[in-house]
Amino acid sequence: MGHVWKMVGQRLALGVLTLFIVSVVIFGATELLPGDLARELLGQSATPETLAALRAQLGLDQPAPVRYWNWLSAFLQGDFGVSMANRRPISDLISARLGNTIFLALYAAALAVPISLTLGILAALWRNSIFDRAANVGALSAISFPEFFVAYILVLWLAQTGLFPSMVRINPTTEFGDKLYMAFLPALTLTLVVTAHMMRMTRAAIINLLASPYIEMARLKGLSPMRIILRHAVPNALAPIINVVALNLAYLITGVVVVEVVFVYPGLGQLMVDAVSNRDIAVVQAVALIFAAAYVLLNLLADVLSTLSNPRLLHRR
Amino acid sequence: MADPLLTIKDLRIEGRSGDDWLEIVKGVDLTLNRGEVLGLIGESGAGKSTIGLASMGFARDGCRISGGSIQFDGIDLRKASEQQRRELRGKRIAYVAQSAAASFNPAHRLIEQYCETPVVKGVMPRDQAASDAVELYRRMRLPNPEDIGFRYPHQVSGGQLQRAMTAMAMACRPELIIFDEPTTALDVTTQIEVLHAIRDIVAQFGTAAIYITHDLAVVAQMADRIKILLRGEEVEEAETRTMLSSPREDYTKSLWAVRSFAKATQPAPTGTPVVSVRNVTAGYGKVRVLENVSFDIHAGRTVAVVGESGSGKSTTARVITGLLPPERGEVLFDGKPLPPAYTARTRDQLRQCQMIYQMADTALNPKLRLRELIGRPAQMYLGLRGKALTNRIRDLLDLIELEPDKYIDRLPSELSGGQKQRIGIARALAAEPRLIICDEITSALDQIVQEGILRLLDRLQSEMGLAYMFITHDLATVKAIADEVVVMQQGRVIEQGLKDEMFQPPHEPYTELLLSSVPDMDPDWLSRLLEQRAAAG
Amino acid sequence: MTLILYFALFIVVSIGLGWGFRALLTAVTSGEVKRAFRDMPISASFGLLVILIYVLVAFLAPVLAPFPEREVVGARYMPWGAPHYLGTDSLGRDMLSRMIYGARNTVGIAFATTALAFIVGSILGLWAATVGGWMDQGLSRFVDALMAIPALIFSLLLLTIFGTSVLTLIIIIAMVDATRVFRLARSVAQGVVVMDYIEAARLRGETMWRLITREILPNAMAPLVAEFGLRFCFVFLAISALSFLGLGIKPPTADWGSMVRESATLITFGDVTPLLPAGAIALLTVAVNFVVDWQLHRASGLKE
Repeated sequence: MGHVWKMVGQRLALGVLTLFIVSVVIFGATELLPGDLARELLGQSATPETLAALRAQLGLDQPAPVRYWNWLSAFLQGDFGVSMANRRPISDLISARLGNTIFLALYAAALAVPISLTLGILAALWRNSIFDRAANVGALSAISFPEFFVAYILVLWLAQTGLFPSMVRINPTTEFGDKLYMAFLPALTLTLVVTAHMMRMTRAAIINLLASPYIEMARLKGLSPMRIILRHAVPNALAPIINVVALNLAYLITGVVVVEVVFVYPGLGQLMVDAVSNRDIAVVQAVALIFAAAYVLLNLLADVLSTLSNPRLLHRR
Repeated sequence: MADPLLTIKDLRIEGRSGDDWLEIVKGVDLTLNRGEVLGLIGESGAGKSTIGLASMGFARDGCRISGGSIQFDGIDLRKASEQQRRELRGKRIAYVAQSAAASFNPAHRLIEQYCETPVVKGVMPRDQAASDAVELYRRMRLPNPEDIGFRYPHQVSGGQLQRAMTAMAMACRPELIIFDEPTTALDVTTQIEVLHAIRDIVAQFGTAAIYITHDLAVVAQMADRIKILLRGEEVEEAETRTMLSSPREDYTKSLWAVRSFAKATQPAPTGTPVVSVRNVTAGYGKVRVLENVSFDIHAGRTVAVVGESGSGKSTTARVITGLLPPERGEVLFDGKPLPPAYTARTRDQLRQCQMIYQMADTALNPKLRLRELIGRPAQMYLGLRGKALTNRIRDLLDLIELEPDKYIDRLPSELSGGQKQRIGIARALAAEPRLIICDEITSALDQIVQEGILRLLDRLQSEMGLAYMFITHDLATVKAIADEVVVMQQGRVIEQGLKDEMFQPPHEPYTELLLSSVPDMDPDWLSRLLEQRAAAG
Repeated sequence: MTLILYFALFIVVSIGLGWGFRALLTAVTSGEVKRAFRDMPISASFGLLVILIYVLVAFLAPVLAPFPEREVVGARYMPWGAPHYLGTDSLGRDMLSRMIYGARNTVGIAFATTALAFIVGSILGLWAATVGGWMDQGLSRFVDALMAIPALIFSLLLLTIFGTSVLTLIIIIAMVDATRVFRLARSVAQGVVVMDYIEAARLRGETMWRLITREILPNAMAPLVAEFGLRFCFVFLAISALSFLGLGIKPPTADWGSMVRESATLITFGDVTPLLPAGAIALLTVAVNFVVDWQLHRASGLKE
């Protein structure tokens, strides 16, 4: 077993390295500006004095590695700096919204993962049947729809009749049940988009295996199609399926941005979009780092789990 | 005599090719009595595996059984429901696949896979099945029969897996087992053990079997009767001994005659060798693959490098071509050292040494026409252009016995396997080399096609004085084409010398094992060999 | 309920159109092409028809549009009816004309972006797979790190820094997307590079340029073409999403994403107008995906 933990350790180390590089890229992107941040903020007409003052205030007079180090160490302690637009601490802006966004993503995941895995396995089992073809065309369409299209159709259909609210007004005191009800439409929108991807990829992962000799062997052993899929195909498709799930949960992270805007949902995505239109770089960097970190960690988790699901690695010669 | 166990009448099977269905089995009859072993023989495309599967009422995806009847113990498998057929499979008719390594599910332990059929089919409870498995593993002479079942497939060697798969097929004590080329993927020395185990277990339980293979000598050891197939049709069928001693049909006779080609013996070579491998030690990273390998190849001569998989034959070729620079030692060309890496060699040095690959499918760029495939080396090395180049390409096609007008603008996909291999030869010749390395170039081909390629190579050699390094694991091929033989095992040269000396005793022990393991076309060969080995202890 | 009815009607009409278009294509072609069209599923045929219509509309926009793209020609939010068949927008511009010009602007910009991403990504990917060694490793690890940041988030970050003009938009999305193309091109090329014919070409002493263009590219073409379709969908959706968020193509340029944004409030009154530009986006992506799916299926089926 020792070598498996060594592999897991290697993956974790690689993950930390990736996070480090990501943080460098997110921080360093501002260095690509032709002038610098202060000039960009104040415009061409600014006097040298005001420029120098702003530079000192933003710490721009220090060399880049020092600024990076200060930024990262503060970030790790939960201090995300100050918004350039409204001078409020970014931590205050983020704290409540982060929880809301995580809630929405988990809500969508809880709906999407079981539905899509079941549909994917059934489509593989009944491949080339009417069910499979309809599911394929349906999924392909759902993948192709922009999130706002799905969202507005749901609004037109479900919110017009007054079944569900089309705007989400939640705050920290909202009851859990109410939250589920209020956030149903955004969660459903995300679910529809993600389910389609996940279902197709699950089906493909299983069908890929169906041509293998050991599946033919299972058929020649006279086993039922259901048993062949569940007992012989799925255990070998675990690694790709885990990756599919992780990939799509990671996709949820970016999907929330548009959906939050449509439903006026008080989450990180909204915050980021507002910050981008105000060119509030400090906020954009902080939120981008949070999103990217979640994305990297999800992929890391999938990587570790699929390593652990491989019998060739678990039981060596 | 009781009713036959399996009766197949006028079986027709179609395979999908694009939009059309082509008949691949064209009306074959087959009868099998209880406890009898029938050998099905044919080259690739003869339809033997397809018939084997059809006797379980099964057709692969993209195939369909389109006519005839399949009666198994009074049950018509074509009329039976899928449910009924599924009930029979595994329980009364079992299957042993060609590649056990690929046909065991990598996710489950061997014993789990053994117990699956008996438990699901309600033949016996799990405990009993598990203890039964150990008993069968013991009878199949697997090492550590108590423990081997708790391993995963990737933890067990190929020969052992093949025996474990036979044990698994026996789990419900079926009345019929289909063996689909069970030893084709194995080395000759391993093949013996598997053949021995299969023959014993089938005899012990009185199981009827259909044994599918392309190797006549193998089937002679296993079968009571032999049926010969060609392109989906039966050629002839007879008792094994009758078939071997007096075949009726021309096609069968030609199969027997294949190994008749042999190159004339030549005296020992003199002068500076074209290529000389000197004390080469090489490997990938920390793994040593070659250890102190030395041999010479002279102009106009063929050196066969023989060994089982993993013996370092192909790695030696990579060292000579410069793809793998050696750790120690060197390669001399005409007595002068070659730069170790191909990137450091001159164009002329690259030209002198050409290579022909085992799989013509991956050795020829599928998007280029023959004109460019063959013409490119001539254009690059010899600077031929326009009319001169076209003439050269046409000459080369003539040389490999392909009609220039018909073939010059074809793609590789429009050729047969043997023709593709000929293009590989023409491409090597186009560079006008001194040495050609042939890496298992006949092993993917049917016997008759092999023969043609070997004769062609021999003719070219005597016309042009080429030197060949011929890598192979097939001793019959060695007998046919070699002047000298180099035997390799685990990266070392075990023995080398002139062909005639090599095939005469005394041998090194490994050479002896290798030579004695090649099946003879004699039904008593296996029994005799096993007796001899038992006597030798 | 009516929505479901319209939806069903739409599907029936699509199937009919797809079927008819396939019959037409089979009638006017011959040989190998005819065979391909004959076996084409109805979804793919419908997709081809839709793509064809979009391309025509994009080229003929000035001829087809009844009103200019950017001029106020009526009152605000006029309902559907002659002469403004789809009403007017929040400033009083003709909705139908803006939809038609949108085909030219939105699709054109997405196409240019994809092409740029493709040229950069596939050249680098093929090159990296062919040279191998530390240069390949270095470049690949760098691209992996860039891909560890979600595409939309990375684009938003870059847009904040460089501003949101159409040119920066194209360059930013193309560069973010080129990382994905790079990865695919590299992995396809790696599958080709291990073939014996590449080894033979190397041993022959062929130059890098010839290796890539004559030996590798022809064998990597099929998956790359399919990938072009897929990447186009991603780029098109990404640009539309950014425009919808107010960060992409901006008015007065007629663009479907920003048109959804401008008219979004109408949806709460049960007006379907915002769904028109959104649907136009969805329809094209569906169409491209249908065609790509067919091509991928063909490629995998022909392998055996």
